[in-house]
Amino acid sequence: MMSQSFHLALPEILIAGACMAMMLLGAFSRADRTALITGLTVATMVVAGILVLMLPEGRQTAFGGLFVTDSYGAFLKITVLIAAIFSILLSIGYLRREMMARYEYPLLLLFAVLGMLMMVSANDLIALYVGIELQSLALYVIAAFRRDNLRSTEAGLKYFVLGALASGMLLYGSSLIYGFLGTTSFDSIADSLIGVTTPSLGLVIGLVFVIAGLAFKVSAVPFHMWTPDVYEGAPTPVTAFFAIAPKVAAIGLFGRVLIGPFGEMLPQWQQVITFIAIASMALGAFAAINQSNIKRLMAYSAIANVGYALVGLAAGTEQGMRGLLIYMAIYVVTNAGTFACILAMRQKGRMVEGIADLAGLGKTQPMMAFAFGVFMFSLAGIPPLAGFFGKLFVFQAAIQAELYTLAVIGVVTSVVGAYYYLRIVKIMYFDEPTESFDRPVGIDIAGVTAVAAALTLLFFVLPAPLLGSAEAAAAALFGG
Amino acid sequence: MIVQSLAFYLFAAVTLASGVMVISARNPVHSVLFLILAFFNSAGLFVLLGAEFLAMILVVVYVGAVAVLFLFVVMMLDINFAELRQGFMTYLPVGALVGLILVVELLLVVGGWAVHPTAAMMSGAPTAPGSLTNTEAIGQVLYTRYFYLFQAAGLILLVAMVGAIVLTLRHREVRRQSIGRQVSRRAGDTLEVKDVPTGSGI
Repeated sequence: MMSQSFHLALPEILIAGACMAMMLLGAFSRADRTALITGLTVATMVVAGILVLMLPEGRQTAFGGLFVTDSYGAFLKITVLIAAIFSILLSIGYLRREMMARYEYPLLLLFAVLGMLMMVSANDLIALYVGIELQSLALYVIAAFRRDNLRSTEAGLKYFVLGALASGMLLYGSSLIYGFLGTTSFDSIADSLIGVTTPSLGLVIGLVFVIAGLAFKVSAVPFHMWTPDVYEGAPTPVTAFFAIAPKVAAIGLFGRVLIGPFGEMLPQWQQVITFIAIASMALGAFAAINQSNIKRLMAYSAIANVGYALVGLAAGTEQGMRGLLIYMAIYVVTNAGTFACILAMRQKGRMVEGIADLAGLGKTQPMMAFAFGVFMFSLAGIPPLAGFFGKLFVFQAAIQAELYTLAVIGVVTSVVGAYYYLRIVKIMYFDEPTESFDRPVGIDIAGVTAVAAALTLLFFVLPAPLLGSAEAAAAALFGG
Repeated sequence: MIVQSLAFYLFAAVTLASGVMVISARNPVHSVLFLILAFFNSAGLFVLLGAEFLAMILVVVYVGAVAVLFLFVVMMLDINFAELRQGFMTYLPVGALVGLILVVELLLVVGGWAVHPTAAMMSGAPTAPGSLTNTEAIGQVLYTRYFYLFQAAGLILLVAMVGAIVLTLRHREVRRQSIGRQVSRRAGDTLEVKDVPTGSGI
């Protein structure tokens, strides 16, 4: 009963210990240790990733059932760690140039990653909340990290206030679930729901509140209001981080909560998730059309992408979850590349964020324009790029689960979305060049762009590793 | 038994009275002092319940930290409380009405409340009752069963602290006195004698 299997949480313990050790190093060292700590942070995450891969097979719980490891969690943890490594690499040059380089930045990012790992391993409502709170608190701070900038401070404050509201909803829902079932453990919740055809109304309301709290964290409509403002106001590398890592963790947690303990209540939550998915896809597609700021555009793109991922969850099947995991993994790579390109948009040492500033990029910087084009085509879902396969698998699952309306709306909105992605390609290749961007961009940004572009472009050559691991991960969630 | 009842009524009466004084005292510092008195008497009520650990925590955390923090805030912020209190009488009828509605609602809810007969049995005691003091019992649950959550909560507090420091701490350029530099300064270092011709500037 009291299984204190510390080794299952070794990646998390390593990250927590490394965080505190590096904090001491940064605080007590007289010299500026930012570069060293940034390097150590990346090294910590690499080692944590290796430890995740070395965890024992199968589903195991630790800390008296509060913490669970399985291949579903492992898949998400690896994705989160890759996303975080990408965003740290992207941030190095930017922070140095903008005089924001301080050792707390990589540390807060690492704390957020720790929170995300705890989220995807949560096996109890309290563990879920604690993980979310650790992650969110670190994110609020790095959103406002550029504290002398009005918009960055505003972004942090807005995110904090709305995030606190969402946490409140999540807690209220959890308390209702606890009140009606008498337990917070996911295993006991699942046990007590077996064979229950009509769950009590209070339980349903509690679950809806929990879904609302989680929907805020993934920025799904109707809890998306903060996304464009926060994405635009936060420093660009922070936006890149926001767009990829927390999304993966929160979507993964969504799946873990709804499929695991509340799997028996599929008819109840399926309609809620279907509505959220449709609303997110539609709003993301239509609201992005008029944007002139590329970061705002990416915010609406993130909302739409969350909608597509939730299509897989709405199916509530193993195929659906497999589609969701594939979608999120591809989304991370494509978005990391896109933000690498956005971070390379500098004119005379100043960041520019207007879509019009990309005009004529195909003539002035053909390599960057090509990579940007690849990412845009992938986000639009044009075969044979990676983004197409992500959409293919989620829509396939929706069709198999007989959610035809959802699948049709998804295809229609992705056609609408293709308009604004392709508009960027048109501006880059067919508009007259304006001022060209500063060169060189630095090895880190160029490297991330090249790796992400290669993965997006060549995914169809060797899709088996991702498909196989996603399949195993989805099967683990369904007790297979 | 009679001593216990007397102690209960004493603590309860003082708690209520000091609660009233907190909101009615003219001087905000007095309000905070009455708040401390209320905390102390609530701690006494906890002792009567046999929850001596909670009583200690209440005194240590609320009196030791929170109330002193309030006192600091009250003394450091220059708030004109007399001005805030103006118009108290004009809002009194509406406030009293809201209070009355709340009381009636509470009575309706509590009046119709029946506790399920097995409810007491359902609330499982995590440790064997009677064998441990409640300090030991809380410690055993907190550091074994909920160890993971306890550590995670600690990390959250650490992040909150780091965040507050990152967002507010500034290393300002303060000019410090350096006696050595002052003494070793010569007139020639700071003064320059210029020969200015009449009718032209420097």
